[in-house]
Amino acid sequence: MNFDLSDDAKTLKEAARKFLDARAGPAVARRAMDSTASHDAELWAAILEQGWPAARVPEAYGGLGLGADEACVLAEEIGRSLAPVPLLSTMQVIEALLLAGSDAQQAQWLPKLASGEAIGALAWGEGDAKSLAANPAMQLHNGTVSGSKSPVADGQAATLAVVTIATADGPAMALASLDGVQIEPQETLDLVRKSARLSFAETPAEPLGTAADWLKLTERLAVLAAFEALGTAEAVRDMTVTYAKDRVAFGQRIGRYQGVKHKLADMYIKAELARAHALHGCWAWQADASELSQAAAAARVASLDALKLAAEESLQLHGGIGFTWEHDCQFYYRRNRQIAAALGSRAHWADRLVRALEQRNRAAA
Amino acid sequence: MDFNDTPAEAEFRATVKAWIAANAGEYLQPPEKPWGLDDFVARSKAWQRKKHAAGYVGITWPKAVGGQGLTPMHQIIFGQEESRTYVPSGLYSIGLGMCIPTVFTHGSPEIAARYVPKALVGDEVWCQLFSEPVAGSDLAGIRTRAVRDGDPGSGSGTGDWIINGQKVWTSFAHKSDFGIVVCRTDFDAPKHKGLTMFIVDMKAPGVEVRGIKQMSGSSDFNEVFFTDVRVKDSHRLGAVGDGWKVALTTLMHERLAVGGKPRHAPGYQTLMTLAQGIDTEHGPAIAQADVRRTIADTYIADEGIKLTQMRALSALSRGAMPGPEQSISKVVVAKTMQDMAAFALDLSESAGLEVTPGSDLEKLQGSYLWSAGLRIAGGTDEILRNIIAERVLGLPGDLRPDKDTPFSELKPL
Repeated sequence: MNFDLSDDAKTLKEAARKFLDARAGPAVARRAMDSTASHDAELWAAILEQGWPAARVPEAYGGLGLGADEACVLAEEIGRSLAPVPLLSTMQVIEALLLAGSDAQQAQWLPKLASGEAIGALAWGEGDAKSLAANPAMQLHNGTVSGSKSPVADGQAATLAVVTIATADGPAMALASLDGVQIEPQETLDLVRKSARLSFAETPAEPLGTAADWLKLTERLAVLAAFEALGTAEAVRDMTVTYAKDRVAFGQRIGRYQGVKHKLADMYIKAELARAHALHGCWAWQADASELSQAAAAARVASLDALKLAAEESLQLHGGIGFTWEHDCQFYYRRNRQIAAALGSRAHWADRLVRALEQRNRAAA
Repeated sequence: MDFNDTPAEAEFRATVKAWIAANAGEYLQPPEKPWGLDDFVARSKAWQRKKHAAGYVGITWPKAVGGQGLTPMHQIIFGQEESRTYVPSGLYSIGLGMCIPTVFTHGSPEIAARYVPKALVGDEVWCQLFSEPVAGSDLAGIRTRAVRDGDPGSGSGTGDWIINGQKVWTSFAHKSDFGIVVCRTDFDAPKHKGLTMFIVDMKAPGVEVRGIKQMSGSSDFNEVFFTDVRVKDSHRLGAVGDGWKVALTTLMHERLAVGGKPRHAPGYQTLMTLAQGIDTEHGPAIAQADVRRTIADTYIADEGIKLTQMRALSALSRGAMPGPEQSISKVVVAKTMQDMAAFALDLSESAGLEVTPGSDLEKLQGSYLWSAGLRIAGGTDEILRNIIAERVLGLPGDLRPDKDTPFSELKPL
């Protein structure tokens, strides 16, 4: 049994953590919050030098040809560091192309995404209450799309979007260059990861795979997002552990109080459950196993629970200072909502988890 | 990443599977009705003898004490295959899991030679006498007293130890031949420093075992009363005053026992099956959002613990120590059992209250009652959270104002 990240992935994770510890973190997040720029250009340039967007791109297209493990550890470290760069969005588009792209689409876009010449964004929401699995308003008509997608994370920085379109089989994907598309900043609860409203007007777009591909892509991206959420949850928990070891009340470090330490223990418990499911999802993705449906859904739900608990209770344990604009708690508290909304709600994924279990039980019967 | 055995592990598993298939006999099927206690003990002893003859006991112990000298991975593979059956289990888990390793670690060679082989073959059953009515989570607060009867070195008395006091929550004490008992031998030392560990003969004069009927209706535990019970100094484990350290090594052996959901306990599949069969005025229960949410939550907890164990096994398989993530197991499993059972009984409306022996609902009712005990046994939810917070996250320990005061002078704050 080897239910663990590969040694290569562990090495990359350590390197990424060191790199981002030195260059990202809450102070850089604050700089992004105070800026109107789409992302931190200096940090992004340094990340491009590391070749991270190229991780999953096949060598034939100028990439490193690495596995799902490596993508997952990068997501986790971006989550931990809050790095205000369009890496995860670009990785999402790369995964869409790897899963569903034609040879021509891959040849055209993967080298550019790997090098940073193109920046990707995933555009599925239309600012309404529709779920990830419901047909959007947008349709592909005569090779063009029209209408708006919002909020699109990293949409301000992006040059290429995967958009969802309505089909008879449910939502599917189209690929659209953002040349000539109207891009406006869209305020969201997350003040660090900038979002945009993309307005398409007979913008040329190509179909990208089938409706089934979209569902499968959301499963792979759910695994990626689970690792991101875990990184974010552990970062805010670690910050709070440090605070609890330092802060004094009633003559004791507050970390001695069970009312405090048990909350932190609960954060650890939820995070470890989420990590087990996230690893399971990573395995199922890498092995292209049929368990991916249940593993990805469980990873998504468990990681959202872990992040919500850590973000909310960390702020609580900091007391009044945690509620101030100047304190870093708000980054995690707000990011918790961004991650929760970015790829389908907890309820949506809990339902998908049970559907996957029902399907498996039917197959076994 | 993979979930496969290494070739060597696969070979061992195949051997074990074949042995179990050839030897488990009737235990390949669930029992038709529950065994009585005496029947359970007899069946346990017979099964243990079979395992012993085949070399499947003391798998990780050194060969010098009669073990097999194999790795934790071998132990786990055997346990996995054994747990697919319905063989009697539990009679030896405390003795062989905790007591006997303490005996061969801290006892003299003569003592080890006398006790270890008979425990391994299963002829002698052991219990662990630690908790007391006043000392549960706070084990070092025990009051059972052991006083030495003179010192033969200086020509007076027998040098035996005389034990008086009361222990509680002692599993299988009524079916045990021997036990390890931690006693206070110095009331003037601080609480952790005045303790000493002994081997005690459970059939000796002055030992009285009384069963405790649990709120679940069964009687797995006992109170044990000691009245002037005599123990030879040769049956002391470790130095006088070192009982706390010895107790810690006993408890350390618990760590390798990869805990999880009790064998055959109801899980998320039980809830799915139940919910599929229930029609409500809003349609089938399985279609309802709160039911689906609870199924998802139960899956995440149950399977999350299983997957967490696989992380630990991966470390063991590489010959490394598992990380601290294992520490979440019991605290998750017990509460999940309780929540899931309560939800399933709720979903069953009035039928959830009626007891019908042998029904699926009765299993859930049993799980609801039993989980309340599981949240306390072997470390309460609260103590386990303390352990996670302090040992894993590095938070400071609770203040212990009694730590350095002589035990005889302690007063509660």
